[in-house]
Amino acid sequence: MEKPVINSLTKKRRRVSDIVLKVLIFTSAAIVVALTLGMIIYIVVKGMEGLSWNFLSTPAFSYPYENYGVLGNIVNTLYLVVITLLVATPIGVGAAIYLTEYAKQGRLTRIIEFTTETLAGIPSIIYGLFGSVFFYNIFKVNYSILTGALTLSIMVLPTIIRTTQEAIKTVPLGYREGSIGLGAPKWHMIRTVVLPSCIDGILTSVILSIGRIVGESAALIFTAGIAADFNFDSIADIFTKVMNQGGSLTVQLYQYAQRGGSEMKYAFSTALVLLITVLIINICAKLVAYRIRKKRSV
Amino acid sequence: MENITPATAVKSQESGLRSGKSSIINVRERMMKYLFTACGIVAVACVLMITIYMIMSGAPAIGKIGIIDFLFGDTWHAKKEMFGILPLILTSIFGTLGAIVIGVPIGLLTAIFLSELAPKALKNIVKPAVELLAGIPSVIYGLLGANLIKPVMYWLEEIIYKNDPTHQFTGGANLASAIIVLAIMILPTIINISENAISSVPNEYREASYGLGATKIQTIFKVVIPAAKSGIASGVVLGVGRAIGEAMAIILVAGNSANMPELFNSVKFLTTGIVAEFAYSSGLHREALFAIGLVLFVFIMIINLILNGILKNGGKKGKSEKPAKSKV
Amino acid sequence: MSENESIKISTKNVNLYYGENHALKDINLDIKTNKITAFIGPSGCGKSTFLKSLNRMNDLIPGCRITGQFLLDGEDIYVPGVDTNLLRRRIGMVFQKPNPFPMSIYDNIAYGPRVHGIKGKAKLDRIVEESLIGAAVFDEVKDRLHKSALSLSGGQQQRICIARAIAVQPEVILMDEPTSALDPVSTLKIEELMNTLKEKYTVAIVTHNMQQATRISDYTAFFLVGEMVEYAKTEELFSRPQDKRTEDYITGRFG
Repeated sequence: MEKPVINSLTKKRRRVSDIVLKVLIFTSAAIVVALTLGMIIYIVVKGMEGLSWNFLSTPAFSYPYENYGVLGNIVNTLYLVVITLLVATPIGVGAAIYLTEYAKQGRLTRIIEFTTETLAGIPSIIYGLFGSVFFYNIFKVNYSILTGALTLSIMVLPTIIRTTQEAIKTVPLGYREGSIGLGAPKWHMIRTVVLPSCIDGILTSVILSIGRIVGESAALIFTAGIAADFNFDSIADIFTKVMNQGGSLTVQLYQYAQRGGSEMKYAFSTALVLLITVLIINICAKLVAYRIRKKRSV
Repeated sequence: MENITPATAVKSQESGLRSGKSSIINVRERMMKYLFTACGIVAVACVLMITIYMIMSGAPAIGKIGIIDFLFGDTWHAKKEMFGILPLILTSIFGTLGAIVIGVPIGLLTAIFLSELAPKALKNIVKPAVELLAGIPSVIYGLLGANLIKPVMYWLEEIIYKNDPTHQFTGGANLASAIIVLAIMILPTIINISENAISSVPNEYREASYGLGATKIQTIFKVVIPAAKSGIASGVVLGVGRAIGEAMAIILVAGNSANMPELFNSVKFLTTGIVAEFAYSSGLHREALFAIGLVLFVFIMIINLILNGILKNGGKKGKSEKPAKSKV
Repeated sequence: MSENESIKISTKNVNLYYGENHALKDINLDIKTNKITAFIGPSGCGKSTFLKSLNRMNDLIPGCRITGQFLLDGEDIYVPGVDTNLLRRRIGMVFQKPNPFPMSIYDNIAYGPRVHGIKGKAKLDRIVEESLIGAAVFDEVKDRLHKSALSLSGGQQQRICIARAIAVQPEVILMDEPTSALDPVSTLKIEELMNTLKEKYTVAIVTHNMQQATRISDYTAFFLVGEMVEYAKTEELFSRPQDKRTEDYITGRFG
């Protein structure tokens, strides 16, 4: 082997490609931050125009047409969140428990995990189409909050299953052994040892799901509909409402934006309301994650 | 639990009540097990039902229109009952490709920034930005696209087609605008998954590369990225899935005429076609929309299978990997 | 140590801190050209840390601070302006765990030369072959150069790593317990290899295994809690240790 000509150590070589790539990397990160910041600032500035207490407390975009408001949509969104979580959380957590605690590594487990992946990959518009036909066959109504919520329940199922599964997997083996070793039956062990120690994980999955529900639109247009009626005349109305149409905030935003013109500013106000909600959800998720980390490190 | 120690054997003989109680426990145990199994099967049932319903509601229209006329017909005109979705399919494919071409480099480089280069202070800015980007509802992307990207694209369109009398001006509602919106939307997916893949590359590879006198950038692009490539690939495939299935973010910026995809044409995606026409459709028209849904569903299933293949191959990493091509 | 041997690396009053932890204390040591120098001592004594500071791999660890002088052929390697990449090209490294890249054997060996700008298939082919021969692994892998390096056995992988290190034609090779993850047969092969390596290169090796030090090294340095207790020709250090602590250690009284 010929000896290489070695220069003095201090003769630094500048590699042009290194510098170019470094610039590209920093530029990309800057683009991402600029995009996010730009979007937020733009929404806040444009959204403040139409945002007022009146806008938030007026039930609906209704006659007379000057009357714009999102209270009805906020209520509808809340309905959707609550019902969806009531349906999806027990099923999702149950499925996660089955996968981590009961299932043997076999065909069924693989199928369940594969289908969970599949569900996660299906676009929301397909959920919308499916929900509109499937639940119409059951309830015989074209649009209802219940239809929307059940459709969303399927949609958030993978999120809840996966996040809960991850949380359960981190429960130390020792805890389980401690319980089983004392002769405790499995369900007892799950109820007293596994679930309490992964409650934060389940909470995370619920928060993530709320984020998805609040932001969802394509799956809701065909299922929950667009109207934002606000008739709470009797207590019964609170319950019958689930069988009525109920446009969420996102759907209302879409309608404002679609009609454009003078209503565009209300689209931005609605966007601002959504953005604030998303921010709060992000912060909650962070807090829970922080709590989990703190607990682990103890 | 098989070995019965003398102590337990004695105990169970001692108390007659015990066996009664334990049988109640046994019933409860078994019921809980069935309950959890049922929960697990819900996911399977959902996928099955979705598949069946998509086929049931999509297939009739394909039968009536004829699969060739449907998939390869180049005219979509509901009033004339012409249901050829080739323009929609091609728009979805090119739109997605465009988004990938723009989104993947930016996303991957940002992931590299986050996992390899960012000082802590900067990471604490970029990371939350990415998280927020992921959380912003797609309809808001559409709104911003309509207000911010459309005017820019219209301006570009006017410059490019100033002397072209045949061009149908779109006012900025065209494929180019949609591609940009999609590219931004898939960024969080690409960034998060690539960052994970890059961070999980063992440090020994980096050490070995530095030990040979490679620079940090050389190490990243010649060792770390190739080692993380299956993870990055799955991020890209997920990005494809997200882009091809997105509706609400692009419906306000794509123009919604069923033209063949060209950057400055008003176009209809598979997804936006469904959303735009569903409310007022009926009869064969509505059935055709479900058939579009079925086509989209098939696309997504194919993407899912590809993803699965990548993940499986990533699992037995390295064993059969081809020599990595250097990127620099 | 009066023989007329040239000094490759010389360290003067080297102190190293990890944050508050004083990990190396006043190390003065000369590594001789074309000899094998072994660093021995119990776990955590600083021998690996010292080895890694010889080609500035410790730079990668946040909070690591070094004072004192490291002279490579008389040139200080820690002064500002030193190109660490060039330094590491001249002082190569083999790690404890075999760590070939997840690419083909060929690309593993060609990695270093390529990084340093060597192009052309013929040239790279020659370097790859010579390096593999130099690391005594060529015959075992010559038919599968384009297969993944991860498909090889641990011992073969480690020799691939040695081949990879010599492919950039370093002057010094640092080895950080290179056989601790290997079986006895593979260990023996690598020890044999080291004896031929020293004809061309200066070798510094960290080892847990005192027998290994006696078998292969010309000089041995004994480290204890951050101090270099004793440094001498290997047979002297093991037969007539000057320091009580060295004696205790090599006679197996602790560590």
